[in-house]
Amino acid sequence: MLDEYFRQYGVIAIFAALAVAVPAGMLIISWLLSVLKIRPNNPSTVKNSIYECGFETITERWSNFNFRYYSIALLFVIFDVEVVFLFPWAASFGTMSVQFGAYVFIEMAIFIGILILGWLYAWKKGSLEWS
Amino acid sequence: MNYLPGFIDFYTLYDFCLTLFQNFGFGDNAEWLSYLTAGVIISFIVINLMILSTAFYTWFERRVLGRFQVRRGPNRNGPFGIFQPFADVVKLIMKEDTIPTEADRPVFTLAPIALVAPTLLIMTVIPMGESSFLGSLNIGILFIVGVTSVNSIAIFMAGWGSRNKYAILGSMRGAAMLISYEIPMALGITSVLLMSGSLAMTSIVSSQDIWFIVVMPLGFFVFMAAATAEISRTPFDQIEAESELGSGYNTEFSGIKFAILFLAEFMAPIVTAAVVATLFLGGTKGFDPIPGQIWFVLKMFVVIFVLLWFRATWPRLRVDQIMGFAWKGLFGLGILNIFIVAIEIMIFRTEEGTVGTSNMLIMSAINWVIAVVTLLTLMRIYGQKKLERPIPVPSPLANMGVEAD
Repeated sequence: MLDEYFRQYGVIAIFAALAVAVPAGMLIISWLLSVLKIRPNNPSTVKNSIYECGFETITERWSNFNFRYYSIALLFVIFDVEVVFLFPWAASFGTMSVQFGAYVFIEMAIFIGILILGWLYAWKKGSLEWS
Repeated sequence: MNYLPGFIDFYTLYDFCLTLFQNFGFGDNAEWLSYLTAGVIISFIVINLMILSTAFYTWFERRVLGRFQVRRGPNRNGPFGIFQPFADVVKLIMKEDTIPTEADRPVFTLAPIALVAPTLLIMTVIPMGESSFLGSLNIGILFIVGVTSVNSIAIFMAGWGSRNKYAILGSMRGAAMLISYEIPMALGITSVLLMSGSLAMTSIVSSQDIWFIVVMPLGFFVFMAAATAEISRTPFDQIEAESELGSGYNTEFSGIKFAILFLAEFMAPIVTAAVVATLFLGGTKGFDPIPGQIWFVLKMFVVIFVLLWFRATWPRLRVDQIMGFAWKGLFGLGILNIFIVAIEIMIFRTEEGTVGTSNMLIMSAINWVIAVVTLLTLMRIYGQKKLERPIPVPSPLANMGVEAD
């Protein structure tokens, strides 16, 4: 008898493999169709150039990230970690005894309060503005 | 609450395969063989069901949008144009599949697959019947949050691989938008967890004696707005932004790759509708003569229709408006909602830690008042900011004809 835990995740692993295999199969079928000359495949220089409103692309195509993306990414890391801490708290909060629940609530209020201060600081500093 | 009897899930299929393999004398190998066979069969069924319903959904979307815009929508192929998606698929498969010479070929080819697979994976944990098709994962909702994050990587792959300026602009915006809206979405989910006290999707459904949309409208608002942005539907579709970026991240894709990209894009509303129906609309719960699966599908239809309604009603927001809405609006609302719900649970719960049905009704009354007051106040504050437009100056060319006399 397989362990129940691995049983559940094993099915999902099989599903993930098939979820990758089905679109990959579509790509392979499409490629086979072109090999069998059922669908057209006549590449040319102009057809395979990059779309740019009828002009030729100048300068580097892989443009750099604008700096404002970094501040968004930093904020995301901070608050996503916060969410990771919130999840187990939220899932177990309803099942705690009343007094213990009150302590835990106050602890979480302090934790979120510090992050809210950080959020307000970021807002004040203008990190949340997109400009 | 009853369910349709013939509902296939992994475990019924597993038992069936086990008896089959044992009868054919596989002996010790029967167990893992039937495990593998049942897994492959059920996965294949679910994936094809999702692809078929996506095809149906594209037809539904075009018909409904047509009605919104006072036209008919596709109505030529088959009754009410229902074969239109199949015609589209045949056309896209038979179309030439161009790959730009300068493109990063492996990334370009893998991007459609990377976009479809996570969207499909979310369906594994949705409890369509008594449990989901593949049994029930005990951390279902965490799985959804994790798998959703992969989308931003896939969209960035699509933009980066095509090496096109429009595509990379669209996918940069997309990555920034998707990661920003992940946080309000997770905050909306956290309030659901507070009420249900479990990460498993089945127990979230069973704890909804009163639907959570009634108990915490603010949480629903935050989650719905964030989920609409996560799947980049109008009004949040900065990733595509046809009016500014050509077609955004899918500019260079054609043929079957374009078809797969749009398969993922149109599958996302169905998946979101399923998640919203599970978390906030009570999943399979309903009254008795109608089986649970039918209830679930009906709720999904309502959510899908609401998403279409958003698309038909609102114009596209600007990038700065979208980011501001996530960080300044939804984040604060989500935290506020969590605190309100946590305080109410502390007040109203019994000694065993559960909130009774009558107390849930009191909670929902309080929460509706808070939600309406908060949203109206915010609307008043932000609505005051009028668009700063220059005073219209009459064009010097406007009176050219009149100048003569």
